Amino acid sequence: MSALLETEKLTRVLPETVPVTLVKDVTLTIAEKEFVAITGPSGSGKSSLLYLLGLLDQPTTGTIKIGGRAAEPMNERERARTRLSMLGFVFQFHFLLPEFTARENVEIPMRKLGRLTRSEMRGRADELLSSLGLGDHLDKRPDQLSGGQRQRVAVARSLANDPPLILADEPTGSLDSKNSEQVFTILQKLVHQRGKSVVAVTHDLDMAERMDRRIHIVDGKIAAGA
Amino acid sequence: MPLILDIAVTHIAGRGRQTLVAVIGVAVGVGFSIAMAALMQGGQDDFVKQLVDTMPHVDITDEQRTARRQPAEDIFSTVAISGLRPRDDRRGIINPTAATAWLESWIPGRFAESLKTQGVIRYSSREVGAAIIGVEPERERGVSPIVEDFVKGSFAALNAGGNNVLIGDTMAGRLGAGLGDTITAVSSEGLTRDFKIAGLFHTGTTARDEGEAYVLLKNAQILSARPNAINEIRIKLDDPNRAPVVAHRAEAELGYKAVAWQEANESILQALVVRNVIMYTVVGAIMLVAGFGIYNIISTITHEKARDIAIMKSLGFPEADMRRLFLLEGLAIGGAGSALGWALGFSMIYALSLVRFEIAATGQEMTHLPIAWSLLHYIIASAFALGSAAVAGYLPARRAARLNPVDIIRGAT
Repeated sequence: MSALLETEKLTRVLPETVPVTLVKDVTLTIAEKEFVAITGPSGSGKSSLLYLLGLLDQPTTGTIKIGGRAAEPMNERERARTRLSMLGFVFQFHFLLPEFTARENVEIPMRKLGRLTRSEMRGRADELLSSLGLGDHLDKRPDQLSGGQRQRVAVARSLANDPPLILADEPTGSLDSKNSEQVFTILQKLVHQRGKSVVAVTHDLDMAERMDRRIHIVDGKIAAGA
Repeated sequence: MPLILDIAVTHIAGRGRQTLVAVIGVAVGVGFSIAMAALMQGGQDDFVKQLVDTMPHVDITDEQRTARRQPAEDIFSTVAISGLRPRDDRRGIINPTAATAWLESWIPGRFAESLKTQGVIRYSSREVGAAIIGVEPERERGVSPIVEDFVKGSFAALNAGGNNVLIGDTMAGRLGAGLGDTITAVSSEGLTRDFKIAGLFHTGTTARDEGEAYVLLKNAQILSARPNAINEIRIKLDDPNRAPVVAHRAEAELGYKAVAWQEANESILQALVVRNVIMYTVVGAIMLVAGFGIYNIISTITHEKARDIAIMKSLGFPEADMRRLFLLEGLAIGGAGSALGWALGFSMIYALSLVRFEIAATGQEMTHLPIAWSLLHYIIASAFALGSAAVAGYLPARRAARLNPVDIIRGAT
């Protein structure tokens, strides 16, 4: 399997009065079609690492390569473009735009990328939502959906532009066990059926054990699993 | 609809009441600016029109801007000459026939020559000082609005009979004379001549109504003992704006002082410019206040939508899109306010145009407020509003675009 994402001695230090090191010397590789868990105690730097991998934050030192392309020379617009086409995000809270329906929320990344016609976008949004069991909720706004349904809409949105890598930050953290299992199964299918790579930050060790690989972070460093 | 516009519309539509207040703020500003501009421009146009209509566009008199060179200067090396007294104090435009023939050949308009002399009008035992103006009635008709200002008799009566005079109604009142009475005109040369009052005019300008008397040119020439003399040529142009050019050419050719109406009223026209500056400063101030309303709402939206900003940036929207989004929201409010303001401004102007009143003190009737209907006022007010909206939208938009999505996502979790 070829490397989809690689990091080399990735370090992130917050320039406070007393500098805070969030991530330190993280070197890892995410391969294609890999389902990777990032675990660790609270405040260990799991989410910070995920934001660095997702180009939402910039490392103090170290390098990131996505699809073979180094992220450091990219300007803000290029980083945004890379996020749009190469990465999908699922957060602990759904973060859907509240004024838009489920279908419109899924269409937003496609509309931004602008590769499909309006009818193709609509067809793809409907297909993604239906495949996640939301075929009857296409025109509902987030406040008309349950927590699990919202999270599934967020997953559908992360897949909108067919990115090869999905980054999930505690995707089941705000869900009950039934919905957690449902979302986990969906993420698992993304890897096994759709050929995506998924990197998920989680506290749930049982869930992490069921993934292909587990990277354990302690104090910003990889303690195990790189 | 483009995505950014779509999101912008949902944002401002989601805050109906606040958006409405901001839109009304802009609309009131735009509406009042338009109405004020229409009223002030109308007043100015009316004033300038009165100015242009009542006075000659170019006035050529027998004066010269610089003193003539004296023969003594050619003989002696003089430093200064003072206390000059003309041997014969009978000024006038030399060779008036040639001068008028030359003007006739190129002037784009009409002109009338006249001889103005100072004198006294006597009736019964009363006397009034007056400027006795000799005119050619047919030519005068083309340059002077006085023809339309007769309250008794008419300007045409000047031609009917040899010794008719037209005086202002105020002068007639002071003399105690009326239409058909015979007055005596005494010139500064001491010559006297009787004239029959054939018309009374009222221009509304006290100095004219009280101090001018019109007679035939030849009578004025006789009265001032200056046969064939004229001392003033008044020109009305088809295009009053050409007056400076015409005046310049006439003065260069004839050698006499030719004053365009713009030069004669330079200080007034400058005052009008200052008035316009004040007006547009006030318009700008109104729009600035309206801009605060827009700033307030866009600022609130960006604050409330911080999470949406974070998620859009994480989805792949660059900072420029965020700036564009909130700038668009500001402009949308400014645009909606402008459109509503146009309607409000138009309604106010229409209502003002219906106001009618009289100014009784002068006896003059002013039937309505002077209003200028100009698209430019609408465009300027909207430009101010949109400019103010753009600034008011851009400042919070720039701040929103710089938000670090990680900070917001961490805050939410």
